[in-house]
Order: sequence, then C-alpha cells, then structure tokens
Amino acid sequence: MNEQIELQASSLTDKFPEIVSLDTRTGYTGFLVMPENLITVAQTLRDEFGYDYLSSVTGVDYLPENKMEVVYHFYRTTGGGALVLKTQVDRENPVVPSLTPLYPGAEFQEREAWDLLGIRFANHPDLRRILTWEGFYGHPLRKDWKEPFFEEETKPFKSRWPEGHVYRAEDKNPFHDNVQYPPGFDPEQWSPETDELLYAGLKRVDKSDDFLTEQVVVNLGPQHPSTHGVFRMVVVLDGETVVDLKPIMGYLHRNHEKIGERNTFLQNMPFTDRLDYVCSMSNNFGYALAVEKLMGIQPPERAEYIRVMMAELTRFLNHIFSIGFLLNDLGAFFTPMLYALEERELILDVFEAVSGSRMMCNYFRFGGVARDIPDEVMEKIRKLVLERLPRKLDEMDYFITNNEIVRGRCEGVGVLTAERAIALSASGPVLRASGVAYDVRRADPYSIYDRFEFDIPVRYNGDIYDRYLLRLDEMRQSLRILQQVMRDIPEGPIMSGKPQYQVRVPAGESYGRVEGPKGELGFYVVSNGKPNPWRYHVRAPTFINLTSLAEMCRGQKIADVVTILGSIDIVLGEVDR
Amino acid sequence: MDESLNSAGYEIPPEMQGQVAVTTLDKIYNWSRKNSLWPMMFGLACCAIEMIGTAASRFDFSRFGMEVMRPSPRQADLMIVSGTVTKKMIPQIVRLYNQMPEPRYVIAMGACASGGGPFKEGYTVVAGVDKFIPVDVYIPGCPPTPQALLHGFITLMKKIEKQSLRSVPWYQKKPGEPIPIPVLGPDLMDPRKFDLIKQVCKPIEVQANEQPEGETGHE
Repeated sequence: MNEQIELQASSLTDKFPEIVSLDTRTGYTGFLVMPENLITVAQTLRDEFGYDYLSSVTGVDYLPENKMEVVYHFYRTTGGGALVLKTQVDRENPVVPSLTPLYPGAEFQEREAWDLLGIRFANHPDLRRILTWEGFYGHPLRKDWKEPFFEEETKPFKSRWPEGHVYRAEDKNPFHDNVQYPPGFDPEQWSPETDELLYAGLKRVDKSDDFLTEQVVVNLGPQHPSTHGVFRMVVVLDGETVVDLKPIMGYLHRNHEKIGERNTFLQNMPFTDRLDYVCSMSNNFGYALAVEKLMGIQPPERAEYIRVMMAELTRFLNHIFSIGFLLNDLGAFFTPMLYALEERELILDVFEAVSGSRMMCNYFRFGGVARDIPDEVMEKIRKLVLERLPRKLDEMDYFITNNEIVRGRCEGVGVLTAERAIALSASGPVLRASGVAYDVRRADPYSIYDRFEFDIPVRYNGDIYDRYLLRLDEMRQSLRILQQVMRDIPEGPIMSGKPQYQVRVPAGESYGRVEGPKGELGFYVVSNGKPNPWRYHVRAPTFINLTSLAEMCRGQKIADVVTILGSIDIVLGEVDR
Repeated sequence: MDESLNSAGYEIPPEMQGQVAVTTLDKIYNWSRKNSLWPMMFGLACCAIEMIGTAASRFDFSRFGMEVMRPSPRQADLMIVSGTVTKKMIPQIVRLYNQMPEPRYVIAMGACASGGGPFKEGYTVVAGVDKFIPVDVYIPGCPPTPQALLHGFITLMKKIEKQSLRSVPWYQKKPGEPIPIPVLGPDLMDPRKFDLIKQVCKPIEVQANEQPEGETGHE
C-alpha cells in the first residue's frame, strides 16, 4: 500500500508543484494543501486521478501549534489505498471551502466538524449544528473547551487512581448537575431556537396547476415506533408524496470522541462496543486495526482467524436482524422479527461464551484477542455455521423473497443510482445494491481476508428489494468465509507479546477501516506519543449513509419513508456517537 | 386466582370456602394492575436492543402480562427508559412522561438511565433520568441482560402489590402537576432551577457592588 501512495505522491506533486506539498511530520502521510487551493486539487483528484469517493472528513485541533487541520480521505471505488489530503487553517477564524458541491457526501461530515470543532465551511449549503443543538455554548471537541464534569485532561484521573478518593461529580459542579452556562447568562432572557431555520431549508415545489393543495411539514420522531431509535425526520408532503426530507440527529449524541480523547487507548475499546451496538465485534476490529497500525504490531495467526470469525458472525447477526426489522417496517409486526431474533440469540450465546457479555463484547485487544475460544464453544460454532445457520437462511429466503407484499412494496422504491451512491459517499450494502462492487475486504484488504475465497455480491437496481437481496447474499458469503475459517484455524497463541494495560503508541496518525456490516467503518487516530489519543474520530457508516436518505425518499410516498430508512439499516449509537 | 389475594383477614364460613372470594379493594386493584402492565414502545439506545430481546420468544415477557407494547404514551402505563438520556432528548422524555395517564411507572434500565453510566462525563449526557422524572425501579447493567430486565419487572410488580389507594399520588384530591419541560439553551436548563442559574452566573463584580439594587428590584 505504501508503494502505491508513493506513486500517487510523485504524480500529485508533479501536477501541482507549487500548491501541494508532502506531509513530512513523522508518522504522518498524505499531502498538505492551502485552503484556497483545496477545491482545485479536489477537482483534479476526482476528475483526473479517479478518486471519486470521499470517505471521511474530519478536523483536528492542534492547540500547541495554534492550527486547525481538516483531514480528507479519498479513495477510488475501483480499489486501492487512501489518498489523504490535509489543509491547515488558523485556530481563531478557521474557514475552509466546502467540498459539498464536489462531493455531496461531505455534507453531514462538514456539519459535524463545524458543530464540534467550529471549523466554518464556506459555500456549504446548510451549515447548521448537527449533533448538538443551535445555541449550544462552544465547540466541544476543541482542546481548550471543558465539559461541566471536567476533572482532568487525561485518564486515569488522579482522584481515582492510584489512591482512589471517589466523589460524585455533581458535588463539584455549582449547579449540582451536568451543566454550565456562560458568565452573566440569564435564563429568562433566553429565547430557545425554533425550527424555522430548518424548515426554511426545505425545498417546496411550485405548482402552477389549478389544484389548491397545501404542502405540509410533518415531523417523524424522535419518539416514533419505526425510526429505529431516537431519530427525527422532517418531511415536506404534497398530498402523500414526499417533496423534501431532512434527517435530524443528535438525540443520542454521547460524546464518544470527547470521552475517547480523555481515555487511554485501551480504555476506548469498550466504548467502541457502544457505537453500533448491534455489532460490537466489528467496531472492536476497526479500532484495533487503527491502533495496531500505529504501534506496528501484528496479531498471531490464531487471533487473526478468531477476529475474522467474530466479524463474520457479527455480519450475519446484523443482517438477519435488519431483515427482521425491515419486515417490521413493512407492517409484518414482530413475527418475522421473532425468527431473526432466534438465530441472533444463538450467536449471542457464542459471544457470551468467548467474551463474557452478550452485546458489549470488548473482545479485541491490540495485538490479539482477549481470550481463547474453548473447545466446546468451537464445536457450537461449527454446528451453527455448518448446519443451523445455512438452513435458517434458506428458510428465511423461502418465506420472504417471493412474498407478494414484500415485492410490491420494495421493488422500485427508494432508488439510488450508482453515480449518486458514490457521490454521496454511501457505503456497505447501500452502495453495493446500487451496482458498485466496493467492499473494503477486497478493495483494500485488511487482516487475513486475502486468504479466503468469497464473492462480493452486487445488485444493480438500487432499490429496497435489492438491498434486502444483497443482505441475503452477504450472509451466504459470510457463512462461506466462516466455513473456511473453521477448516483452517490453527492452534497457537492469541496475543502477540504480553497483555498490557497501558500501551505505548508512537506519535503519528492512522486510519483503520473495516467493512462493517453497515458499511465502511473507519477510525482516525492521532497520537502524540502520550498514553491518550490526541484525536480520535469515528467514520460512522450509517451516519454518512443517511446523507442519501433525502435523495431516496423524494417523490416516494410517506409510508415508504419508514421502509427506506429501514433498508439503510441505521443504528443511532453510531449515527450520533 | 392468587392465594394471597383471597386472604383479606375476614373469616369465611367453612361451607362457603372455595366458592366465595373476599378481598380488599387495594388487593384486587393492585393484583389486576400488576399483571397487565403495558410498556411504552420507546427505545433510546443499546438497552432497547436487549429490551427487544426480552420481548422475543426466548425470554418472552408476555408471560408477565406485558406484551402489549404501545407506541403512544396515552395508552401506556410503564415507561422503560432504555438507554442513555441526552440533553437533546430529555425535553421529549419529560413530555412523554407528562402525557402518560396515571397510574404510571418508570423503570430506569441500565447504567446510563440510572446515573449516566460510562457516558456520565459527557457534555450532552443527562446523569440519570431521575434528575427529571421519578423512577420506580433501577436495573443495573450495561446493558442489563434480559434476565435482569425480567427481574426488574418482577420487582416493580412487587412494588405495585404493596401500594395503597389511599397513599398513591394519583388518587389525591388535587390533580398532579406536570413536570416542567426542560429548555435547550447554551446548555440544558431546568425551569425549576432558573433562580440558581441566575445566581451562579451573575458576574462577580456586579454581585459585589449591586447587591442592594438587586433587593430593590425585588420590591
């Protein structure tokens, strides 16, 4: 991969000798560009170099250098490693041109960077706060911003360790609660932000016919039985047809990144479980990869096999769960779900046996996994993988695939074309159901995925039905990989070196990405050599997949919006982090 | 029928035993109420997945009479706060609680709902839903296993069994006051704490110099 980056390096710096320079800091890769030249370079990257997929946009606050850095990760959908582009701006007034006109998939990520870091993106179509609310005091991910329950910059806190004088955080706060206000603030003078700005951003259609119809704004959520958690959609309706839609998130924003930057590297592992809480094992995988890349270590053979096994079991679990939910959304209330949950419980039993917890496994470690798999559990997995799960999958296929209602409601609904899917940075089943054969396991292989024989399923219609079929196909391929793992898994150690509580991570940056069940899950970690990460960012696949929700819903009926959302398969823990 | 239900402390003549049930209003009322709790279909975060798991066939909480999950607060009498409560979500949660008809019960499921859990230090996390709405049963765990959730339900049933119509808040003479809905300002603002906020936020020099003026303002 490094050679490939070198290759790109020469051609990009040849093309722009004046404005693009190599990032020469130790442990860093990629290119630096001035903000005023960003658009030119990005346009060339997209049109001439073929980097059509903007995967991740994030900011880093380099407080000691008084700089803000925006980091872009570009990929080719034909495969290969990342091209990392960075631009640095002043901390006091950070303004960067928005890449949303070129890569519409940057929209939410730029809004997130504005919300959490205060980086302003010029020409962004809708630069509002996304995870907190309008009117929130400050930009929380800035290094000099302190939360109300602030205790120390980094963990372990001296009050807890080694002596351990525990106190309640509420007792130290003047309001006896997790709140803080600017000095001189008067709550009675405060007028809460209304949704007017939001409603003004919604499109309406001009109708010149004689019918007097009114376009109605409808709020779905945050408490709605079908929004898969606390998610809100504002929909403009013309009759029953959706004119425009805006997703509103942040109702489960639990400050994953801020807490992650206070934690030590290993302390973040259990937090990653709670990102996408349906498939905690794949989250562990991505984070472990990112930190291992920085540390330069490699897990032993057996651990690699165990990792792949867990990741593929998770994929199966997630897909069967999401198909159950999809039928729930279609109106087949809970009965298909029971079939899905039955299989899920069996896989959860395996997770509980190896990690001690059903859902929050916390199983991966840097350089291996936490525990070995006992023989009887291995036997259980073998039975599941070889007998039970393939049978149940066929059963599900038989019941659902040709069901008249499923076909009637899913075929041709919520269509996303391949070009738009790439432009909107969709990933995972959403991208592949639109006809783009892009899977990180093949495009940029990690761990030992290059050893297995499996196909990347692709479907071409880009509608809900194809997303459903694709998930079925992927489960079949997962089982195929699992069967190979069961055949080949060697004996041996499961950890390289001694298990450590505190790991030494050299300074530098790394981006570890895996093909999670929902899409490309990336972890961008910046270390400055201390026990805690300086920056810890999660590229959450469902958060970015939601960018394409409006596109899929326009022109559809309101009843289909719920199903389209179900077919994207979001988990709010990951959307809001 | 439950054995304990039919022991009101009255002597039943031997010839009528087995045909007549004598009980108190409290007992029959609590008995019927505890066996038909309708939870609200309301999931916040990770714990909601375990709640679904509890509703499914393996653990099946319909054995306890609570399979009827209602998406509308108007038809529910048990709110399971299943997950991290954030500042952006708490106004809606309080509103939902206010919309539930009495008698109503609240279960704080998991560490986050009980006290903030692993995310307590976060800047948009409410450190426990009991800062705003009264909680009947706390269930520890992150997330609690379905068994733990079932245990929480049974604990709530036991609690309901012991209630008396005379002392429960929802049969008093006056109707209960709704809980004031928090406001999103620079940070979350609890209307019950406006005075405290004003007092703490007052700039220090103003506090020192203009104390008398503040008093005249009061008059």
